[in-house]
Amino acid sequence: MPVRGTRVPMPEQDPAERIHNFDEVPFGYSPEQAVEEASRCLSCKKPACESGCPVEVRIRDMIGLIRERRFADAYFLVKETNSLPAICGRVCPQEEQCEKYCIMGKKHEPIAIGRLERFVADFALREGLREDFTPGDRQGWVAVVGSGPAGLTAAGDLRRLGYEVTVFEALHAPGGVLIYGIPEFRLPKRVVAAEIETLRDMGVEIRTNVVVGKTVTVDELLGDLGYDAVFLGTGAGLPNFLGIPGENLNGVYSANEFLTRVNLMRAYLFPEWDTPIKPRRRVAVLGGGNVAMDAARCARRLRGVESSTIVYRRSRKEMPARVEEIHHAEEEGIRFELLTNPVRILDDGQGWVAGMECIRMELGEPDASGRRRPIPIPGSEFVIECDTVVVAIGTTPNPLIAQTTPGLEVNRWGCVVAEPGTGQTSREGVFAGGDVVTGAATVILAMGAGKQAAVAIDRYIQEKRKKGAR
Amino acid sequence: MYKILKKRKLNPVTHLFVVHAPLVARRAEPGQFVILRVRPEGERIPLTICDYDRSEGTITIVAQEVGKTTRLLGRLEEGDSLVDFVGPLGKPAPLPDEGHVVAIGGGIGAAPVYPKVRAMHERGVRVTGIIGARTAELLILEEEMAAVCDRLFVATDDGTKGYHGFVTGVLERLLREEAEDIDEVLAVGPMVMMRAVADMTRPYGIRTMISVDPIMVDGTGMCGACRLTVGGKTRFACVDGPTFDAHEVDFEEAIRRSRMYVEEQQLALHTCSCGGDEGCR
Repeated sequence: MPVRGTRVPMPEQDPAERIHNFDEVPFGYSPEQAVEEASRCLSCKKPACESGCPVEVRIRDMIGLIRERRFADAYFLVKETNSLPAICGRVCPQEEQCEKYCIMGKKHEPIAIGRLERFVADFALREGLREDFTPGDRQGWVAVVGSGPAGLTAAGDLRRLGYEVTVFEALHAPGGVLIYGIPEFRLPKRVVAAEIETLRDMGVEIRTNVVVGKTVTVDELLGDLGYDAVFLGTGAGLPNFLGIPGENLNGVYSANEFLTRVNLMRAYLFPEWDTPIKPRRRVAVLGGGNVAMDAARCARRLRGVESSTIVYRRSRKEMPARVEEIHHAEEEGIRFELLTNPVRILDDGQGWVAGMECIRMELGEPDASGRRRPIPIPGSEFVIECDTVVVAIGTTPNPLIAQTTPGLEVNRWGCVVAEPGTGQTSREGVFAGGDVVTGAATVILAMGAGKQAAVAIDRYIQEKRKKGAR
Repeated sequence: MYKILKKRKLNPVTHLFVVHAPLVARRAEPGQFVILRVRPEGERIPLTICDYDRSEGTITIVAQEVGKTTRLLGRLEEGDSLVDFVGPLGKPAPLPDEGHVVAIGGGIGAAPVYPKVRAMHERGVRVTGIIGARTAELLILEEEMAAVCDRLFVATDDGTKGYHGFVTGVLERLLREEAEDIDEVLAVGPMVMMRAVADMTRPYGIRTMISVDPIMVDGTGMCGACRLTVGGKTRFACVDGPTFDAHEVDFEEAIRRSRMYVEEQQLALHTCSCGGDEGCR
């Protein structure tokens, strides 16, 4: 039988229906669908896909086990290198990573590796599979700051290496951007909670409501509190604003605020839940990344909202958002005002947003990022009708830790300077990885950095121990 | 969970709570705040740290019942727990080491002013206190303030105690009579009160510091809900404040932003089913 060239399609919620709820959009594969998709895999001798995975998942063997219907074994194999497969299977940009290198992809559609990873992880969560984990001899104590993808990955890997790990989280629930940023319909909170629970099962301690830099300092963690090393995975949490007139009007949100209210605080369930949100009828979202898509799609689902529009200064081709996210947004009726830049936000006379004056752009020569630079077209100003504006033009690291950790070097964007490959910072015993080092990037890159740092932290502590013993 | 060790009624709608939170107490300073939640579905609200005891590991907060969360908080008793309690957040208030300070607490504002006054008093700063409320029954922390002020004026809108009128009335008289002897004014209270104070001290060129209490979500610099314009620049009250130079603050904008969710606040109260004596209404 010839191998099918196209992927087994993923069933998903109908757009007309899903814009009225926050339930997950793709339903996931059934066992039969997963096996069928897995049987497309050529089981390459040298699996190119694996070179594209920052957390070194043994993709070929995982797929082989799925084909044999050994789903539990496939899950445990994935878990050996990836603490968060249900999350990665949903939010990784696989088209840029594993699937990009898939040999099948040269002539046909690549194997749907992300969907298969999600399938085995969901299978394990549904069946309540627990890894049989026994910690080895205690190697030391490590404090992980931030419970987002970088921190959780570092915590899981360090625990496997025999360390006592405490994760400190500033918010009241762990997960970082996975719970405050990424919406329920893309990554259900119960999935995040369940994967974090597997880390707790392994003995990772998670302490919420601790703001490192305020409640405790890095120096205290390394000093009185007795940790051998600290990993900073604090992300890029500080929202950028445009600095245009009207940005402090009522009805203007940072994407962080908008998404935190909706996701972490469940404002879409107000007043059953206590946190309100106030998009009125027409929402404009500034930016072209995944965060902008998330905000626009959240807005679309909120009661009373009639239109949700993405406003982006370059063209579709330059949009940093994943193709899949743009596609889902289009299906849901999100409007796109491309090659458009805001000039000022208009006041209704009562201090609320009454519209946004914009200018049309055209693309010039490529800039430092390699993308063509947008240039305003004189005289093309026009007004976008809106009463709510969400600013999703990027974030930078929160300065709280840098300000309270003497000798910790940051660059001019406020990112912690860390050695590539190890995450070693300018302070001995302090390592960093993820968005706090790179600026806002992806979940999986943060996880890869957490993984590398775990190896480097282990090496650092072991070497220190040897020197001490001498 | 963060246990309430002590609860005291300060007036019919305001309670003082002593909460067990050793990590917060360890580093708390006057001018800082905490964020708390009262239930798993609850919102995060900021409250100023009114007192702290490092050896007992406790933080004292004062809450006036204005919205649903503060109502629910007001119903909690000694032995009950808060689901979340994080801090100390914000920067400690920059307090002087010497001279004469007029410290004003309007309404519930007496609570955040108190720890600053006490800290200044301990450093040997001369403090004239002014606290006020709508009526005598609503005055809070009068005894505590009297103990740490060199002199204390009380004002009530209806004249039931002390000066008949607003706290700004007392300030006006002090400025008229002894402006050259006042090195700094510190005011906490409703935005309109703080604006009136700022307007009053501006002609005298007296440094005037206020502590703002805007809408917040995370309290760590992440969301920007608490942003305000100070000296022409956007600042986040949670990490850059909450204490600012009153003469630099754009009050009109800050007042407008503080009213963003008034309708939702009413809706939350009307739909609340917490089972209080008179409903949440």
